[in-house]
Amino acid sequence: MEDTDFWTVVTIALLTLNTVITRSFFFISSRPWSMPSWLRRSLAYAPVAALAAVIVPEVVMTQGQLISTWQDARLFAVAAGVAWYAWRKGLLGTLVCGMAVYLPLRLGLGW
Amino acid sequence: MKALVRHWRNEHFRLGLRDMASVAPGMAAWGLMTGVAMVQSGLSPLELVLMALTVFAGSSQLAALPLIVAGAPLWVIVVTAFCVNLRFVVFSAQLRPYMMDLGLAHRLFRGYATTDMSFMLMLRRWQQAAPNPAGRQQQRDYLAGSGALGWSTWVVSNFVGVAFAASIPSKWGLGFAGTLALVGILCALGHGALRIVALLVAGAVAVAAFALPLKLNILLSIAVAVGVCLLLEAWWPPDEDEKAV
Repeated sequence: MEDTDFWTVVTIALLTLNTVITRSFFFISSRPWSMPSWLRRSLAYAPVAALAAVIVPEVVMTQGQLISTWQDARLFAVAAGVAWYAWRKGLLGTLVCGMAVYLPLRLGLGW
Repeated sequence: MKALVRHWRNEHFRLGLRDMASVAPGMAAWGLMTGVAMVQSGLSPLELVLMALTVFAGSSQLAALPLIVAGAPLWVIVVTAFCVNLRFVVFSAQLRPYMMDLGLAHRLFRGYATTDMSFMLMLRRWQQAAPNPAGRQQQRDYLAGSGALGWSTWVVSNFVGVAFAASIPSKWGLGFAGTLALVGILCALGHGALRIVALLVAGAVAVAAFALPLKLNILLSIAVAVGVCLLLEAWWPPDEDEKAV
């Protein structure tokens, strides 16, 4: 174990502050503010877009490169999870079903 | 203690807890792997405890760790963490009407507790803020429930990851459970033709622009996907359930 470094502690405190500020950004000020209509319409799509932008690279890329094989446990896990969701609509089931496909392929076949 | 009992009796708080419980295993697996990464970065025990207890943002923790190890300047670390968290800035615009009944300290505290998962889970239940204060109170109770379980899950799993770092091989890839939890939420939100367009465009742009620094590919993906959808709206009117979310 390392010794505690003052600047690392400051960094961690700033990371926490960053969490608070980014998550509260548009409701920190209580001044009346009405959302422009283009922004309101954008918000119908932004959460789905943000989520897809986080997820898709996690599924189809390895170390910054697009994967070039279909023998990747992640692809089958996501397919299984989506199929479960289409069938039963449960979030926990999606996760469990996906991992049930993922772990054997990854640990058993090394995909 | 009284506050705990009062919350426990609140039906919307419990609903939030229950919804979060269905994605918590994914969050826990992801928190576990983040804890492992924290140990591997050589943080001291005090630093580990502080980070696990307070930061509560997996992607910014994971983005900051290699920079801390490399001794990057403080401002670079902060700017990186801010960019990685920019999606929350977008979400906060949407959360504003739910929050403005409260004082500043409460707003900041609830903002802190609202992760991707609790925000998305709430959107799945209510597409917009209730018109009356009582309804908004129920929505905030729901967020408090999902936030409380989310925070506890994250902190506990970070500590478990720290404690067992040596015995959890990273080749198991347990962190992928976090991605699968998000896949479920994406399935729940991605209904309607234009949202599916947004999903596909954002996914493609995020891959194509992956080499951008500071995870800016995520912001670019949001901008391009939203732009494409707004253009398409002009001649392809959205379904009823897609409007005014």
